[in-house]
Order: sequence, then C-alpha cells, then structure tokens
Amino acid sequence: MPNHLDGNALAGVLSDVFTMDVTAARGRCGSCGRTAPVAEAMVYPDAPGLVARCASCDHVLVVVVTAGERLVLSLAGLDAIDLRV
Amino acid sequence: MPFATRGFSGRRGQADTRVPPGQTMVEKWPVLSAGPTPQVETRDWELTVQDETGTDHRWSWDELHALGVEDITVDIHCVTHWSKLGMAWRGVSLDKILANVRSEHRYVMAHSYGGYTTNLPLEDLLDGKAWIATEAEGEPLDPEHGGPARLLVPHLYFWKSAKWVRGLTMMPDNDPGFWEQYGYHLYGDPWKEQRYR
Ligand SMILES: [Zn+2]
Repeated sequence: MPNHLDGNALAGVLSDVFTMDVTAARGRCGSCGRTAPVAEAMVYPDAPGLVARCASCDHVLVVVVTAGERLVLSLAGLDAIDLRV
Repeated sequence: MPFATRGFSGRRGQADTRVPPGQTMVEKWPVLSAGPTPQVETRDWELTVQDETGTDHRWSWDELHALGVEDITVDIHCVTHWSKLGMAWRGVSLDKILANVRSEHRYVMAHSYGGYTTNLPLEDLLDGKAWIATEAEGEPLDPEHGGPARLLVPHLYFWKSAKWVRGLTMMPDNDPGFWEQYGYHLYGDPWKEQRYR
C-alpha cells in the first residue's frame, strides 16, 4: 500500500495561501533540477504535516504544517516556481 | 465520612491519569511517515555519536547489543493526538551508549537514515529516560515503525523518537530539527501540550 499521494493533495491547503493554483505550476527541484508540475510531487500526508518530495530524487520540496492558529509553509526545496499568470 | 469521598474513588481508571491532555488512547499502532521508508539491513546499520572534538564514536549492530539490551514498558504519546499505553520495547539505554562520550555541549541532534532530524537536550537522553530501541511488542522493529533501530524517548512527543536513527551529534545550541523548523515545539512535553512553538 503506497503511503503517499500526488501533489494535488497540496491544493486545498495552498489555496488558503495563494490566489493561483500552485499545484498547476512547474517547480524545479533544488537538489536534482527536475522541473515538473507540483502536482507530480509525492505527498506524504500521514505525518505531523504535509511533506511533498521530488518524484525523481525524494528531496523535500514543500512542507506545510498547521501549527495551531498558524500555517507554516516551506517551499525551500524548490529553487524556482513557474506560474501561469 | 465515607460518603464525602465516594465521588472521588474508583471512577477514574488508571488510564485517565496516564493519558495527557488532548490525547486519545489507541490500540493499533499508527504509522506516520514523511518520506519513503529506508530499508537498512542490520549488517549495514551503524550508530555514530559525534562530539565537538570531531571524534566519532561508532557502534555496529552487534557492538550495540553487546552493551546490554533491556526490557522497557512505556506509554507513548504522538503529537497527532494518539497515545498508546504500556508498550513493550527492547533496546539499549543511551546511558550505556553515551557513558564514554565526553562533551561540554547541552544539546543533541538525532539524525536518521533518510535524512530526518530532531533536536533534544542531552539531559533528556540520560538517567534511564531514553534508548536505542530494536524491538517492539515482541518483534524486531518493523521498517515502517523505524526499524532496524529508532530512538525511544517516551517522555516527549513521539516525533522526538527518531525512526531509523543513525547518529547523534552534540551541539552547543538548541538548533531545530526537521519538524521543529516548521513550527513544532523545540522540547515537546506531552503533559504541557508543547505541540507548537
Ligand atoms: Zn529532485
């Protein structure tokens, strides 16, 4: 049983933060350079937060933690995000 | 006055006093993972403790066991609101592992196969409060539960009990580990509900 989902699992929580659909954007992995739609990332939801990893190299791309009244978002694993405006 | 105390006796089960605020007891053991499950063979497994001199202290699987494995029965409390009471573990006390490690530093970063990290005060790993656990509920620790070996620090939320542990690095400051960087508490006492910072 796979314990991860695809990047569309990020859509709900990211729509609270961004006006555009970030899962449709192309992101470049800060580790291996793979450029792919964020929706293709592997999302591990069964943890104290949502963790999205690169489908090529497992590098952590996105972390979302709902910490009580706060939402903590890290996009540090992506070195570029290409959004259609 | 027997009936003055009646309402206070007998009704509160033992479990009530063992389950911290905001937690619910579970029978099954949930699996939480933030990444792919590392598959580490015991013949390849190694624990490294690094102090500020840069000296690495290393134990192979057999060397770890030679320190002496003990039975541990403890309650565990996960920050995702479940608690599992009376779990039977086997492992090696950190007191034995750290006995010959000299460090002036007060904090430790635990490192795992797969890249996970979590920070702890050194004193929380000593005096019979923490182990490198290799068995749970009578079985070798399953990879999905952190096998072959995980840190076991039951008095703190369970994210501090790093799965797939491979190393401990002494550090001068309480630098945040993986979840701690993203808003989780630096210490994580379940009895004080130290979930977030
Ligand atoms: Zn990558």
